[in-house]
Amino acid sequence: MRTEFRLSGSGGQGLLLAGIVLAEGAILDGKNAVQTQSYGPEARGGSSKAEVVVSDDDIDYPKATDPDFLLALTTDAYKTYGKLMGKGLIIVDSTVCLDPAITARTVSVPILDTAATAIGKKVVANIVALGVLGGVSGVVKQATLEKAVLNRVPKGTEDLNLKALRAGFELAAKAAKA
Amino acid sequence: MSSGLDYFRQNRLPHIWCPGCGHGTVTGALTRTLAKLGIDKNNVVVVSGIGCSSRASGYLDFDTLHTAHGRAIAFATGIKLSRPDLKVIVMTGDGDCTAIGGNHFIHAARRNVDITTIVMNNNNYGMTSGQYSPMTPTGMLGTTAPYGNVERPFDLANLAIASGATFVARGTSYHVQLLGEMIEKALLNPGFSVVEAVVGCPTYYGRKNKLGGAVELFNWQKEHAVNVKAAAAMAPEKLEGKFLIGELYNKAAPEFTAEYARLVEGVRRKFDDFQGGVRGCAQNSD
Amino acid sequence: MPEAKLMQGNEACTLGALTAGLSFFAGYPITPSTEIAELCSEELPKVGGKFIQMEDEIGSIAAIIGASLTGRKAMTATSGPGFSLMQELMGYAAISEVPIVVIDVQRVGPSTGMPTSLAQGDVMQARWGTHGDHPVVVLAPGNVRECFDLTIKAFNIAEEYRVPVVVLSDETIGHMREKVVLPELKSLTIVDRKAPAAPAGYLPYKADQDGGVPLMAPFGKGYRWHVTGLSHDETGFPTNKGDVAGALIQRLMRKVEKAEPLLRDYATESADDCDVLVLAFGSSAMSATSAVRQARAAGVKAGLFRPKTIWPFPEEPLRELASRVKRIIVPEMNLGQLVYEVERVVAGKAPVERLSKVNCELFRPEEILASIMGGSK
Repeated sequence: MRTEFRLSGSGGQGLLLAGIVLAEGAILDGKNAVQTQSYGPEARGGSSKAEVVVSDDDIDYPKATDPDFLLALTTDAYKTYGKLMGKGLIIVDSTVCLDPAITARTVSVPILDTAATAIGKKVVANIVALGVLGGVSGVVKQATLEKAVLNRVPKGTEDLNLKALRAGFELAAKAAKA
Repeated sequence: MSSGLDYFRQNRLPHIWCPGCGHGTVTGALTRTLAKLGIDKNNVVVVSGIGCSSRASGYLDFDTLHTAHGRAIAFATGIKLSRPDLKVIVMTGDGDCTAIGGNHFIHAARRNVDITTIVMNNNNYGMTSGQYSPMTPTGMLGTTAPYGNVERPFDLANLAIASGATFVARGTSYHVQLLGEMIEKALLNPGFSVVEAVVGCPTYYGRKNKLGGAVELFNWQKEHAVNVKAAAAMAPEKLEGKFLIGELYNKAAPEFTAEYARLVEGVRRKFDDFQGGVRGCAQNSD
Repeated sequence: MPEAKLMQGNEACTLGALTAGLSFFAGYPITPSTEIAELCSEELPKVGGKFIQMEDEIGSIAAIIGASLTGRKAMTATSGPGFSLMQELMGYAAISEVPIVVIDVQRVGPSTGMPTSLAQGDVMQARWGTHGDHPVVVLAPGNVRECFDLTIKAFNIAEEYRVPVVVLSDETIGHMREKVVLPELKSLTIVDRKAPAAPAGYLPYKADQDGGVPLMAPFGKGYRWHVTGLSHDETGFPTNKGDVAGALIQRLMRKVEKAEPLLRDYATESADDCDVLVLAFGSSAMSATSAVRQARAAGVKAGLFRPKTIWPFPEEPLRELASRVKRIIVPEMNLGQLVYEVERVVAGKAPVERLSKVNCELFRPEEILASIMGGSK
């Protein structure tokens, strides 16, 4: 089965890293994974998009064609990519204003706020988002994703990032009940 | 000690330079200096670009590299970084070095890479029959400056000094003894060394500008060059229209390949440890 | 057993180069190739190699030719604008027969174009970018693992035939990350250039006129030979004789022409019994693969021919397939470049259709699928 993720927001939010960790988690779970991105000239602040395709089979085409999950951390990203969504689920940050013209199923989750207040570090919003995607999609086991996070994050930040990831999984569980 | 002639590929002689051209004189000054220093032929690489000056490499009995126009110093940088134990010498001209090769020149100076660069300055592009170069004085004639050169020339020595060269000197094909001394100091300086050798081009620059033949051009050098030591005691008005010869700059600084070797020593470890790298979001688009 | 890991195309090129024995890199930063320079700057010192960031791309290729002359395996990496600047010295490496590898991670052009976006517009530049007849080999990876494999192959070809070899990657292949299992190191073949035994009697450009490769002495080992970009005879010194210069060019071209069956590298999928053949390389081939599979699932006999060696072009296998198919579609992220070579090779045996795209976004499989299905109705 092929599962497609599109992670979108603004440059500097760390979504590329989140995509990489998601793909690495999938590989640790024995699946195939491809990660691509598109980006503009800005290192910070421009629009940013990372895509991850996970599959049990060979992946021929590396890009998302009809994403199963769209993560949008900014209103701009939501408006740009939300309207392209078909069968998939949109996960937006709760700061994003919803647009009635975008009809795909949408859940609003306080990702940025959880990072800033519950964890206390805005920079881990990408890892919170990763936890949300992991929880909502169920594509990668939580334990595997934790391992993938630990493989990537700088030394000394392991606990912080694990906390962020787990908070993301909890947000996903709450969203599923709602 | 071997003689200067031993450093020539004698089966490649005679050379193609014109009668009265200074390039042979400069090349001879180099080989005599190498002989004096007793430098092993097998440890020298001579790199040249394109132009009359750059034909020198073919006559010299070393590993020699006749490159593309302007690029000699960049090729030489690759050789020197790869084999810091080799003596790397660039033979170039005013057009090759300061026009098309100007960027490589200033960056080699900035890095202070241990290369001796001998710039044969005949104030024009001789090989292509006398167009003006970045070192043609304002007002002088060239085949592409038929009404006189409106551009200002480079002061090569000051360019080299400002860019970071650690030894800079000027000589002429008339002051052969001094030229040899300057080349010797350049070869011994562990860093980027520049020797500008002022040479006559009777076939084009001299003829076009009605400066006379080979003898008159040598006399011009004799009359217009002032040794930097003598100049120190001279009134500025006496130096009007003259140019300085001798050692113009000599100040040690860290040499690039030695610094790189130090860096390598610090970071060496086994290939097995290769981790690749994920640069996260550090993908810019310059 | 080597483990599976997520690896980026540019990273795989670098790792392939290091595995092949790269010990000298000179380059100038340019998107989307820069990761290769960054990784080389980090890794080469660890293995006693050398890295230098030159003042421009011309200096970069000059420096690697210089380093290669001292016996090192040397490489640079760049993208369109930088590759254009390197062209004069591509010719220098070709005529002086100095082995070098150049990785060109293609981006949108001409000029600065779109630095962070995909195109495959350097196909002809890679083959004919420098002036004069000259040999060059161009390899095009179609996935991350092939970035590793083909960079090793590039070094092997460069060393064996003393030609410049281009690895023609692109923004999508270079930047994407995928699961890769690298081969066991001991399973790999690594080729080193052949050197003469001793300086006595060394004629640096003496070789069989029928595509022979001369022995190459490293600088700094007592050979005291001469290298020039001028037309030269077997001594290495310039010649003014037209027939000698002509013979040199013919030998240089013949080297690659003669080796073509050995250099030939391509992949096919469902091609044996297909009616519609899709010929694609690099990132476009990923879309083409998907399209061919979807067409097959829909009952249409589509097949894929994916050249990995694009120069010299694998003529014989394509010609053989062309006589059996009804149509050939050539999707490229340009307005038609490799298709000229396909048309030449196919020579009317089957209609050749161009499918061009220059909007910076990789072909969607359905675009190629529509082309496959469109003509089959």
